[in-house]
Amino acid sequence: MGRLTRGGFTLLRAHRTGVDARSGRWQVVTVGVSAAELMPDGRWPEPLRPLADAVELHLRPAPGGRGTELSVRPLGGVATLPGMAAHLVGDDPDGYLRQVLRTVRQLAETGEVLRADRPAAERPATGPPGTDGPVVPG
Amino acid sequence: MRALCWEGVDRLAVRQVPDPELRNAHDMIVRVRRSTTCGADLPMLAGRVPGLAAGDVLGHEFLGEVAEVGPAVRRHRVGDRVVVCAAVACGNCWYCRQGLYSCCDNGTATGTVGEAAWGQPTGGCYGHPRTAGGFAGSHAEYVRVPYADVGAFTVPDPVSDDRAVFASDAAPAGWMGAELGAVRPGDVVAVWGAGAVGQLTAQAATVLGAERVIVIDRYPERLRMAERHTGAETLHYEHTDVPAELRERSGGRGPDVCVEAVGVADGGGRPVSLADRFTGRGGPVEDPLAVREAVHACRKGGTVFVSGTFTGFVDAFPLGAVMHKGLTLRSARQHGQRWIPMLLDRMARDELRTEHLATHRFDLDQAPTGYALFRDRADGCVRAVFSPHG
Ligand SMILES: NC(=O)c1ccc[n+]([C@@H]2O[C@H](COP(=O)([O-])OP(=O)(O)OC[C@H]3O[C@@H](n4cnc5c(N)ncnc54)[C@H](O)[C@@H]3O)[C@@H](O)[C@H]2O)c1
Ligand SMILES: [Zn+2]
Ligand SMILES: [Zn+2]
Repeated sequence: MGRLTRGGFTLLRAHRTGVDARSGRWQVVTVGVSAAELMPDGRWPEPLRPLADAVELHLRPAPGGRGTELSVRPLGGVATLPGMAAHLVGDDPDGYLRQVLRTVRQLAETGEVLRADRPAAERPATGPPGTDGPVVPG
Repeated sequence: MRALCWEGVDRLAVRQVPDPELRNAHDMIVRVRRSTTCGADLPMLAGRVPGLAAGDVLGHEFLGEVAEVGPAVRRHRVGDRVVVCAAVACGNCWYCRQGLYSCCDNGTATGTVGEAAWGQPTGGCYGHPRTAGGFAGSHAEYVRVPYADVGAFTVPDPVSDDRAVFASDAAPAGWMGAELGAVRPGDVVAVWGAGAVGQLTAQAATVLGAERVIVIDRYPERLRMAERHTGAETLHYEHTDVPAELRERSGGRGPDVCVEAVGVADGGGRPVSLADRFTGRGGPVEDPLAVREAVHACRKGGTVFVSGTFTGFVDAFPLGAVMHKGLTLRSARQHGQRWIPMLLDRMARDELRTEHLATHRFDLDQAPTGYALFRDRADGCVRAVFSPHG
């Protein structure tokens, strides 16, 4: 029991949620806007558009007025993804598609793609070097 | 600018780091006037939280002046004095519209990383591992605030910095425990933990009409502070049989609402090695002693609210008692955007006083010393509050 709980992270991933990187399942996101707002004139939203030849797409209204359920899955199974698309989605197509759907939703709901702070390593620190504070004794 | 960086297990240092920059149209930059330690920092300090990297800036409860605004910010101007909710949320998604801001769908810039641990990614937070959104902490001269119109609140003039800084996290967390714990007039409420969160839970329970509030801890000075400032009764858990005492003080029924405001073992617990994290061996298993006690003590049909922070799995959880007593078990990271305006109003009317919780004040350069006091509960430290600009 203890072991099972401790290994929980692994067990959950492998067996419970069935997250198989190449399942070919539909990946679905609920976006808080209508289908017409999500895909005006049927145009695919960014950043899904570049995958238009590689995935199939399905829309339906979400229950309870929650907007639109947007589903995508690789066309004809993962193994047959064409060159550029195969390159894009890498070896975890499902994870990649969920990431793309998350971005689609973020753009539709907030108008932006939220960016992380740039890691300190990418930028020089400015100002006087300053003195390091004391270190908490262990 | 200067910032307090985590350097490794139990090691902190004030370093020069790059100034924050506007990254999105809804961002603003805040010049930090106050930034406080929080119990949530202790497991990080102890190296128990996966993903924290050397050089990460800590701190998530803060107040300051607006220094720069992005083009899409409407509610704030340069110079405004604002308190910022520790939870980062968009204000627009379904969760935000339900008031569940800390569950925001768009609150992190780190994609789907939350899936493995939680099933779904949650909202963001400052000063946590990058997986919590990618937002640097507030123990710094300046901090970037995403979704500024949603997460930052102008502080009414009469409210001091030392009072308002607690509206960032501790006060909304306290309010949440009482409100979502469904405290009603006449209730007996027990609160585990007499840190800032526990004390503010006790205050909120009283405001919501609780007739009897009992706070449990083992630090006499914290218990005395709870008595003095919240009017609660207190129990020292090392000197008494807590469940028996609670039974006695609640007519044999048990408290109607039990709030746990403790989190992982006191002081952050033991560090988890990288190897153990990788294999899942040895961690992150946490001992929910206070939750267990709360479940046992709670009256039949009552509510147990878990405010304390847990990041992994717990062993020996009394699920049977939850089932057979018909308990409601709730928990959340605070949805501050929902309560901060009301809390600031109460602060302005002097109905909610929090400044006594800032027992120790330091310049940013002394922040490592402040953390040592806070971690060791030395010198009666309840919260160490830093003023990066003196
Ligand atoms: N849910 C939220 O949004 C939210 C917000 C802020 C803080 N938190 C969490 O709330 C918890 C409390 O925060 P804080 O800043 O007050 O922390 P703190 O570390 O200052 O206080 C915790 C207190 O719990 C006491 N304690 C330890 N074991 C106990 C036990 N078995 N019974 C009773 N008391 C016990 C400690 O002595 C200490 O006084 C932390 O886990 C923190 O991460 C949650
Ligand atoms: Zn906090
Ligand atoms: Zn949101």
